Amino acid sequence: MMLFTFIAWILAVLVIAPAIYAVESKDLLSAAIAVGFADLAAAILFLVLQAPDVAITQAAIGAGITLAIFVYAIRRTERWEK
Amino acid sequence: MRRAVAIAISVAVFAVLAYFFITGAAPVDYTSEANYTNPITGEQSNRSVPQQYLDDTRQDTGASNVVTAVVVEYRGFDTLGEVTVLFTAATGLALLIGEMKRRNLPKEEPNFIVKIASGAVLPFIVIVGTYIFIHGHLTPGGGFPGGAVIAAGFLLMLLVHVNRGLPERKISVTESLAGMTYAIIGLLGLVFAHEFLQNYLPLGEFTMLFSAGIIPLIYIAIGFKVGSELGGIMHNLKGVHEE
Repeated sequence: MMLFTFIAWILAVLVIAPAIYAVESKDLLSAAIAVGFADLAAAILFLVLQAPDVAITQAAIGAGITLAIFVYAIRRTERWEK
Repeated sequence: MRRAVAIAISVAVFAVLAYFFITGAAPVDYTSEANYTNPITGEQSNRSVPQQYLDDTRQDTGASNVVTAVVVEYRGFDTLGEVTVLFTAATGLALLIGEMKRRNLPKEEPNFIVKIASGAVLPFIVIVGTYIFIHGHLTPGGGFPGGAVIAAGFLLMLLVHVNRGLPERKISVTESLAGMTYAIIGLLGLVFAHEFLQNYLPLGEFTMLFSAGIIPLIYIAIGFKVGSELGGIMHNLKGVHEE
């Protein structure tokens, strides 16, 4: 139980820290990559919480496809936030 | 200063929530004898709703994955609506982005190793995605995760081959056929079992691949549909037309 709590806390920090960076960063490309990292940590968190089907979806859509969609959208607009 | 305060407040809120989430979540004993009242009909029962699903799924649907049974059988109509939402989003994106003027973007080929390795990895990604949606009624996963994994394979190809897109025509045909298959399976339920999306095929042997009636068929259709829709979205955003 201690180990589970420890892993869950580490993963929670790994989800929240990139999310704060993504909000604060002026560089939208690095913000998008930070969101992808947060999504990946969330996928591992789902796996730890015994929801493997949600984890598969989160890993494929959150960490893969959403990141690509953000990057393509940034390429069509501008990289730096004003 | 205001930012620092906002960050501090959100971290504090998150820490409190996480503390209660980790320590306060006592496991619920669904097997205990308790009286539950149906708020609509007023019926009394000693089984909670999760316990009813866990008990009845096997004889009702023949699926060993209860989540799948709920998504496709008990709540099949909701899933049809969910698929429609995704379809509408993809269509709207194609309308908005598809006709936009394309900038002349620098097109730099990725290096040789990336090209060859991505070609070697692609079949395995597609096989894993197909496995996930074919075995949706047996193992964790189903149509949406499987389709998303296949779309991730498409994404790999779009990233590696910088000057090429996906075949738009084939993708839209696949998408439409898969959506039609789902609706037709539901309508056949109306014919053979008197209810839309009701199971009318034999349930087969429990935990075998050919079991659980229409669940595998619907999940195969959803897998194709989600994969082609997400692929189409990424193709439209990338903005390369096959000449």
